[in-house]
Amino acid sequence: MYVAVKGGEAAIEKAHRLLADRRRGDRSVPALSLEQIAGQLSLAVDRVMAEGSLYDPELAAMAVRQSRGDMIEAIFLIRAYRTTLPRFGATRPVETAAMRIERRVSATYKDIPGGQLLGSTFDYTHRLIDPAMAGDHPVEPGARRAVAEDAAYPRVTDILNGEGLIEPDIASDAEPGDLTRDPTGFPAGRDLRLQALARGDEGFLLSLGYSTQRGYGRTHPFVGEVRIGLVDLEIDLPELGFAVNIGAIRVTECQMVSQFKGGGQDGPRFTRGYGLVFGQSERKAMSMSLVDRALRADEFDENRAAPAQDEEFVLSHCDNVEATGFVEHLKLPHYVDFQAELDLLRMLRREHAAEKTAETDRQEAAE
Amino acid sequence: MSLPAYNFAYLDEQTKCMIRRAILKGIAIPGYQVPFASREMPMPYGWGTGGVQVTAAILGPDDVLKVIDQGADDTTNAVSIRAFFAKTANVATTTKTAEATIIQTRHRIPEERLQAHQTIVFQVPIPEPLRFLEPRETETRVMHGLEEYGLVHVKLYEDIAQHGHIATTYAYPVKVEGRYVMDPSPIPKFDNPKLDRSPALQLFGAGREKRIYALPPFTQVTSLDFEDHPFTVQTFSRPCALCNATGVYMDEVVTDDRGGRMFVCSDTDHCETRQADGHTGPGLPQLGEHASSEQETTR
Repeated sequence: MYVAVKGGEAAIEKAHRLLADRRRGDRSVPALSLEQIAGQLSLAVDRVMAEGSLYDPELAAMAVRQSRGDMIEAIFLIRAYRTTLPRFGATRPVETAAMRIERRVSATYKDIPGGQLLGSTFDYTHRLIDPAMAGDHPVEPGARRAVAEDAAYPRVTDILNGEGLIEPDIASDAEPGDLTRDPTGFPAGRDLRLQALARGDEGFLLSLGYSTQRGYGRTHPFVGEVRIGLVDLEIDLPELGFAVNIGAIRVTECQMVSQFKGGGQDGPRFTRGYGLVFGQSERKAMSMSLVDRALRADEFDENRAAPAQDEEFVLSHCDNVEATGFVEHLKLPHYVDFQAELDLLRMLRREHAAEKTAETDRQEAAE
Repeated sequence: MSLPAYNFAYLDEQTKCMIRRAILKGIAIPGYQVPFASREMPMPYGWGTGGVQVTAAILGPDDVLKVIDQGADDTTNAVSIRAFFAKTANVATTTKTAEATIIQTRHRIPEERLQAHQTIVFQVPIPEPLRFLEPRETETRVMHGLEEYGLVHVKLYEDIAQHGHIATTYAYPVKVEGRYVMDPSPIPKFDNPKLDRSPALQLFGAGREKRIYALPPFTQVTSLDFEDHPFTVQTFSRPCALCNATGVYMDEVVTDDRGGRMFVCSDTDHCETRQADGHTGPGLPQLGEHASSEQETTR
């Protein structure tokens, strides 16, 4: 029996009600608090802030809760909110050399000024499911280290640069582009590329970075340094004539020391790949730095053949909110277009059948 | 934490100005894809974010809005977008084509001829008609610049060589005023002739791809073809089972698992209006080994 697709409004409302019900789950179990999510699922919250490109742990925790733990959905919620926010101003560039270090490792030197600092890392854990995770056992507090007043953690790349061994990072007063405010064109500058990568999907960048290691755009990378910690945000107030500290955010920075290049005036030296991500995410920052370096192929006259070196390919496909939207939109009704295809296919099949019959007739006549 | 408050029709006025500038540029260069700084909307990409941004930018408090998806006002996404504007802009909404001042659509153009005071806004997934022939934006922009459209004709020719017919049935490419080749959005090619010299303003928004383009009223729009393989549209040999309409685009509704089919108007407003005027169709069919009843005629 033909049932018209009436009642879309009622169906949507009921679907939303059911979604809310499923999100809440068993009512006899206490609801998750934002403190629990932000405090105990903090890496999930960090990812939502990074790819949502909005630093607000409380909002990100709300988004994780509202999305039932679906990370891309949570990122989407944050993005859709972020786009409505007015811009009051821009901070000064953050000074990562002055970071309050929580973790810092270098793969290029055994020891470095300021030292290697493992911090909280999964790196040397044995991946055995801990029976304690089934309950709520007391956990010892972490040991605190004494930090000297004059402790300094110079960036490894600055140490290399002091010797002229790596391309310098030249400061610029140019206004960086913003792909959320202006339409992107190609070729895009490195500023826009880094913005796109910082907002890009962790999994996509991970696989692209991995592909460069396997030979699709190889860059001979060494982790010069990965550092995680708090950096101060300063904003210039024209009325006051000086910069004011407005708070601190946690970031992960990766400086990848890559294949040396050149001759010419400056002689051969290492090149850089850069990654900077909100929150704690080494995987994302490292992947980003690999892809950033691969995308600089033209700068170094490298043959551009691999996906990770292809700016238009990477920038057009790294955004998971765009990607999930277009992939998932296939489930929307397409029956008007499908009907058009049906018509054509049926006609082609009729013609094919008629031709076959005619051929059989011809053959029979010949025999 | 302060709870968010939203502007009339959701977007802030600066964003609307930016979108309107893109629309004006599009109107000035019919068929040309204008890049614009598409915003992240509260519905997913692919759900009509481009169309929603265009509608939000042109919507005024006195407008009457109609939203259709697949020709129907009551498909879930049409309902959702209509509700979005009813909520954020508090505008009057309608399902009647004739009463609407703005019609946002996905995949169809209403059967009733649009009028000079109306604007139709198309949701566009892939605005670039050359995209599936050349994936790079850097290349396709040059091709448009140089009016280098040979590739499209080669594609259509290959269809004819392989299948005996042009095998594009929707999103059928058109040429605008003899200049730009344009994707009319995934409307069935049945609707292509309605684009030509329409008295209504026609706007196209692609959110994810960040492009807006336009056809000002009475713009000449020609579907690409060959002299010996002229452009044709679908025709349906049976009338609408509900309102007896002919010469309209139909949905094929599967009524059972033994080949039963019925054909009804895709444009629900057109169908309902005709039924209210006393037209009735043959009703439930029609067990059919002859489910396929379409042929092509030249237009």
